[in-house]
Amino acid sequence: MAETAPLICRDICKTFDQLEVLKGISLETKKGDVISLIGSSGSGKSTFLRCINLLETPTSGDIIVHGDPIRFTTNRKGERIPADNKQVELIRARLSMVFQSFNLWSHMTVLENITEAPIHVLKVPRKEAIERAEAYLNKVGIYERKDYYPAQMSGGQQQRAAIARALAMEPEVMLFDEPTSALDPELVGEVLRVMQNLAEEGRTMIVVTHEMSFARDVSSQVLFLHQGVIEEQGTPDKVFDNPDSERMRQFLAPNF
Amino acid sequence: MIDLKGYGPALLDGAVVTIELALLSLALSLTLGLIGASAKLSKSRVASGIATTYTTLIRGVPDLVMMLLFYYGGQVAVNNLSDYLYDAYGVDFFFQFDPFIAGVLTIGLIFGAYMAETFRGAFLAVERGQIEAARAYGFSRWRTFHRIILPQMLRHALPGIGNNWQVLLKTTALVSIIGLTDMVRVAEEAAKAERMPFHFFIPVAFVYLSLTAISELFIKWLTKRANVGVVQGS
Repeated sequence: MAETAPLICRDICKTFDQLEVLKGISLETKKGDVISLIGSSGSGKSTFLRCINLLETPTSGDIIVHGDPIRFTTNRKGERIPADNKQVELIRARLSMVFQSFNLWSHMTVLENITEAPIHVLKVPRKEAIERAEAYLNKVGIYERKDYYPAQMSGGQQQRAAIARALAMEPEVMLFDEPTSALDPELVGEVLRVMQNLAEEGRTMIVVTHEMSFARDVSSQVLFLHQGVIEEQGTPDKVFDNPDSERMRQFLAPNF
Repeated sequence: MIDLKGYGPALLDGAVVTIELALLSLALSLTLGLIGASAKLSKSRVASGIATTYTTLIRGVPDLVMMLLFYYGGQVAVNNLSDYLYDAYGVDFFFQFDPFIAGVLTIGLIFGAYMAETFRGAFLAVERGQIEAARAYGFSRWRTFHRIILPQMLRHALPGIGNNWQVLLKTTALVSIIGLTDMVRVAEEAAKAERMPFHFFIPVAFVYLSLTAISELFIKWLTKRANVGVVQGS
């Protein structure tokens, strides 16, 4: 029997007012996949990622998390909205997100940031949540900072704490929204190394990134988005070395 | 110790009335302020319309006028209602609109409008990303509100709340006009009877001053607690 796919997106479209940002994006993950979404600014890659966990509601298309399709309905204004907020909350808890600007909760210590959702959303007993958090802090190499507040740490440390927060949910899929774009260049490496370790452990990840070497070396699949459609798709070797699309060649040109 | 000519206990009772009045009004104004700010920021046009009317109206009318309106108008309204109920349903009830209740209602309502403005600004000052992270981790709306928005909003709201509280405390002196025996009222009577205005009003002024000074320390302590995790100067 085939294993249930952690995440399937079918024909996702998103329109803001008149602007069509996504024009039918589909994606299917297998367990352990690392999918990189690349493309220029405004190509829709971040919007697509935000549609997956319903931070944006897709105008049309299906999202199926581990065999569980998200249900939609329409409101009085005729807009599409999730039918069941409880379902959305449950699904979000299984798809943890790492943000470009970290978004650690600034009034909580690192440890509190990491245990908050496991304790209150997943209902993990406090003691176990703390043990789990400490283990993940060790993994991302900032255990000794567990009682710091986010503002007392460097950007790289904050992002690693945010990754530990995502890991502590033991999610089906991890979503990374340009995790290194807000970092000083010398701090990018430490975050990418952590992400590479996660990939090697076989975690399912979807990564929106501008780090081409990361996309090439770590991904199992690369999607190149351009103006709301997938312009090129395949293994890193295929996308980077043998692209079919002219746009992809132009996009890569300045990188080599 | 100054000789209060036997008015000491009455003045003390008056001070207690002042403090009770101020604290109850504060509780009411904080509640109204939170509701008002939420309504102002809500997507519902009806809710934000009502809240905007409330804050505009209240902030534009003198506190004294509001108080007289509430005290005298409030009693007339209650009387009319009880007449109507008696005629229509034979329900016989009487409710004396006492100056204390009128005071709490008026002051609470007035400062609710100021608090609403303070809270509105504070809500808007909470970074979008903080709320988004809560949603992305499966928080319900209520949990997002009380675990993330409320604590972060407080750090922005506290200076404004402190300010409003000081003005509120001083505004309670107005209730002496509608006949509530607060500290000011007692002092006024004593001053008139003994022809010693300084003798009685200066101690009253000191009581207000010490109350505001104590509150300031308390607010400072609260602010320090609310600002945990904020690096100064960044």
